Amino acid sequence: MLDRSVDPVIRVRGLRNLFGSQVVHDDLNMEVRQNEIFGVVGGSGTGKSVLLRSILGLRHPDGGSIELYGRDVESLAAADRSSLVQSYGVTFQNGALISSLTVAQNIQLPLREHYLLSEHTLDELAELNLGLVGLEPETGGKFPSQLSGGMIKRAALARALALEPKLLFLDEPTAGLDPISAAAFDELLLYLHSQLRLTVVMITHDLDTLFQTCSRVGVIVDKHMISDTLDGLLENPHPWIHSYFHGPRARAAEKEIHG
Amino acid sequence: MSRTVTASLALEPEGAGWRLQLRGDWSLAAIPQIEAQLQSLPATLHGSLLCDWSHAEAPGIAPAWALLRRLADVEPEHPGVRHTGDPPHFLELLQKLQLDRRAPELAHAAPLTLPGLIGGLGRWSVLQGRHARGVLDFLGRIAAVIGQAFSRASAWRTSSLARHIYETGITAIPIVSLIAFLISVIVAYLGAQQLARFGADIFVVDLVTIAVLREMGVLLTAIIVAGRSGSAFAAEIGVMQLNEETDALRAMGMNPIEMLVVPRVLALIIVLPLLTIIADAMGLAGGGLLSLTNLHIPLPQFTTRLRESLGPTTFWAGLIKAPVFAALIAMVGTYRGMQVRDSARELGRLTTVAVVQSIFMVILADALFAVLFVQIGF
Repeated sequence: MLDRSVDPVIRVRGLRNLFGSQVVHDDLNMEVRQNEIFGVVGGSGTGKSVLLRSILGLRHPDGGSIELYGRDVESLAAADRSSLVQSYGVTFQNGALISSLTVAQNIQLPLREHYLLSEHTLDELAELNLGLVGLEPETGGKFPSQLSGGMIKRAALARALALEPKLLFLDEPTAGLDPISAAAFDELLLYLHSQLRLTVVMITHDLDTLFQTCSRVGVIVDKHMISDTLDGLLENPHPWIHSYFHGPRARAAEKEIHG
Repeated sequence: MSRTVTASLALEPEGAGWRLQLRGDWSLAAIPQIEAQLQSLPATLHGSLLCDWSHAEAPGIAPAWALLRRLADVEPEHPGVRHTGDPPHFLELLQKLQLDRRAPELAHAAPLTLPGLIGGLGRWSVLQGRHARGVLDFLGRIAAVIGQAFSRASAWRTSSLARHIYETGITAIPIVSLIAFLISVIVAYLGAQQLARFGADIFVVDLVTIAVLREMGVLLTAIIVAGRSGSAFAAEIGVMQLNEETDALRAMGMNPIEMLVVPRVLALIIVLPLLTIIADAMGLAGGGLLSLTNLHIPLPQFTTRLRESLGPTTFWAGLIKAPVFAALIAMVGTYRGMQVRDSARELGRLTTVAVVQSIFMVILADALFAVLFVQIGF
């Protein structure tokens, strides 16, 4: 197993990603520390999802190094994929729940794969994880197609939490939710973050979520990443960052936080 | 990393109550041992209970949850349990969850009884009835679109039609040709073996001509097309259903039957007779080649014999079946595609059903044609 107490949890250095001749990332550096909620923002097409896929070892980067818990993802993925997978949880943009399995079976899927558990225990764990994300036990018997958007996001989070990771990756967790569901999701995330002492990396476009939850934010601009606290980024003179954090939507979200 | 000790529980009397000592590996991986240990706790305990976590290594959420659940059974008055020795930080959250928890009501399968069986039969019949109505409805919609198309030219969807003619027809030519050629060579070869014993080699030509033109050309082509295009129709339309593309079309005032189903059905009706003609030609070529190389029948003699063996209807008896087979394949494929709902598994299941059913329907129709042609002397 990986030593889960290493700090920083994620260290990306000099990352370079290409699509054909198009450079997406060039010398991108990123660091995520223990127990923080790190937001990743950037315009469309700046490679936020590509960055996530690189960190997860789903995409081979064209240059640079990525370390998870102080160990290189590339070599880890080859040698010890299962311990790597058990150290983080991921939710994908559209939930990516397996459509032919019920929600409970979706949650049990990684548990079944990695541990030898009795049916009774599996049922208990499904119920536990549903409870953690604030879903009713009855939801476990439903199929993903019977759930609302907000419930799908929660069910995906329950599945990501099933292996008790310390590190959580969320890809657009509040996209497509109504403001009330999105706010409830923010609250849930903050609660789980404090109770389970999770480190969270979150790709988001939702400014409210960003202001509510993130302790630090990395902005992908000009193929690099600029990481800072929200207050620091608000002062940043870079034109894209300035317009991102000082646009009409951002002002409204900020006003809400700072009164 | 030092080797971790397996999880254990020790219940010791302490003052007026009990102390539960947790030892060893209490992570998620150890949960089978932990569950077994928990089962060994007595059914009820009186007095206070103190859980000591100081020797539990790497306590996980699931084991802690299992412990709390078990303790709730042992000690119904929940506040009687206290935790000490640096209990895991998430214990508070789990305790809160446990209080909120309601006993789940599990649905049990009803035992088999006579009324249950009758009920099941009734439900099955209703389902089959609905199914039959669904098929009729589908056929009706197709007919309606084709009917409209005579008064509204735009309903023909010519660009879509052209695309499907290309995809189901032009791209199928190599495989259809190859298979018709090979099967015909096989039939001629085996036939020659038998006929040579009677010195009737020349009748191989009759055998090949009649078998290929009346039956095999069209049947093989239909089966290949069912496998290639029937499955493609079901899968394409099925994915569009899953992505709500068909709903989007409806919402924009377009008819998915007109846009997706009718072009495919028409394309296949146009294409399958043409492919059959190619298969017929390739089959005869295969027979001719084998006759030349194996039976030493020169090509002029082969063609003369071929003409003699041809009845006025031999060719047409095969070709006339092609549009019917085409309509069956295309309608089964598109109908199954339109039925896809909700999940990737449904898509796979209905695609399989589409291919199996269309091949079955083709062979059934072929049998009916055979009987019909004999009856009317065609």
